[in-house]
Amino acid sequence: MRNELTGVLIERFKLSKFTFITGDLGFMAFESLKSNLGEYFINIGISEQNMVSVGASIANEGLETWIYSIAPFLYGRSFEQIRNDVCFHNIAVKLIGNGGGYSYGVMGPSHHSIEDYGVLLTLPNINVYIPAFTQDIEYIINIVGQSTSPSYIRLSTDDSTSFYEPPEYKNWRHLIKGNGNIIIVVGSLASLYVEEFLKVDYEKRPNLWVICKLPINISEIPTELLDDIKLAKVLYLAEEHVVRGGVGSEILFILQTLNISLNNFIHFYAQKHIFDYYGSQKYLRAKSGLNCENILSIITEKY
Amino acid sequence: MIISKEFSLFVRRRLLKMHYESGVGHIGGNLSCIDILLILFHEIINKDSDKFILSKGHSAGALYITLWSTGVISEKEICTFHKDNTLLPGHPPVSVFEEIPFATGSLGHGLSLAAGLSKYKQLTNTKGSIFCLTSDGEWQEGSTWEAFLFITKHLLNITVIIDNNSLQGFGRIDEISSMNNFEQKLSAFNCDIISIDGHDNNQIRSALSKYSNKTKVIVAHTIKGKGVPFMENKLDSHYLPLDDQTYKEAIYYLNKL
Repeated sequence: MRNELTGVLIERFKLSKFTFITGDLGFMAFESLKSNLGEYFINIGISEQNMVSVGASIANEGLETWIYSIAPFLYGRSFEQIRNDVCFHNIAVKLIGNGGGYSYGVMGPSHHSIEDYGVLLTLPNINVYIPAFTQDIEYIINIVGQSTSPSYIRLSTDDSTSFYEPPEYKNWRHLIKGNGNIIIVVGSLASLYVEEFLKVDYEKRPNLWVICKLPINISEIPTELLDDIKLAKVLYLAEEHVVRGGVGSEILFILQTLNISLNNFIHFYAQKHIFDYYGSQKYLRAKSGLNCENILSIITEKY
Repeated sequence: MIISKEFSLFVRRRLLKMHYESGVGHIGGNLSCIDILLILFHEIINKDSDKFILSKGHSAGALYITLWSTGVISEKEICTFHKDNTLLPGHPPVSVFEEIPFATGSLGHGLSLAAGLSKYKQLTNTKGSIFCLTSDGEWQEGSTWEAFLFITKHLLNITVIIDNNSLQGFGRIDEISSMNNFEQKLSAFNCDIISIDGHDNNQIRSALSKYSNKTKVIVAHTIKGKGVPFMENKLDSHYLPLDDQTYKEAIYYLNKL
């Protein structure tokens, strides 16, 4: 997704100048962005706290500002700067965290980002975007670019193949229709499931929805989805995030608010930070039961 | 307006009255920086082009009183300081006064915010200067050094003023960390360093007015609780408020100056 991001930002800069601040990250990815932006590309060094506050005051003066780092370095190290200097003042800083979920799997838990949106959504004014597919990047960059509030984009990996063409970006998308169970998937996990789910017989095929923007705005939840949940009374949800502060509890709260009761709620989520053994994103997703095979075996068991 | 000794004393008395009536401490650090703030806002800052960041947000009282003395904050508002339904909490508020662009309070943010303001001016070729007042203790924050590394590398037009009163929340600076000589520490950076007596108006005025094509650091040697003998250089003055007796004594001493 970083290559797509680079291309979109270069095109955006041609239309209107902005500053892009990185915390010394972007090797083999941002070289062309750097040369195109010139002095507006700032490698601020390994100083995430400074990076966020500098970005906040540049943006507050009126210059569009994007801030980039590996996700946990950004929202974890500089949480107070995001809280006090960005969100309290409702400044439209655009934060980009790379390596959402277990993307940096074998790099170890310091690099994992499985509590990012839960933490950030406790703050006022901020919106979170989690692209599901590479094609979403251009839409999200345009939305975030025009936003007048703080934003955080969680970049991860697009696991779909070139044979799959996702529908145009919306905050909610109904990716797959079938007679099977309903599953809501958060962001890029959808790219892992979509093509395998399509191979399932229509009778058992899961109804796959993807959500890419948080916090959830109740009025944006498609009526079709709510009607289907009312009938089915069973809901599956998958997210590469810890259970606390995740979309699972948010959805349950919303359904309760809307007087929609469930007989069963099956939640797949990032189980933990610390493992006995580490491996790739694929390996750690499987350890958490987020791999496609596990999801399919459970969701198609009772359809 | 040139700040006179009489005006400084007049403002000090109003500052103490405000703290006394609201029962709030943080007086010592306000008295150590009030002379600098008065000259900054009355003589130096061009409100159309310059900006000021109070990084030591716990000196909000001194900033409020300074803005009261310039007419930005009303007497009625000053009377609500630190009380219910006030616009003037113990640390600067969010988005209330144009002269207070950021709500500070947690130490170690201000220098980065000042850096961003200055970087914006540099990128957009906009005129104006940025001033930032830090405490001495907050140089124990790593983020302050992050900011300073950035500022001096990018040759940003910032005047950094360090209120070097040598006392922090729970002890003396030199007892707690090895930050007892700012001039020596900061001389390794590409910046102009000026040491002054932070209560000598002429020295403050001269240092703030001096031209520099680098980042300017004014190490203002100040006295916590300056002007009130029983508060001067006392750790208590960081937190403790004034009661009836100590307020009367404080005003008595100020009237004698």
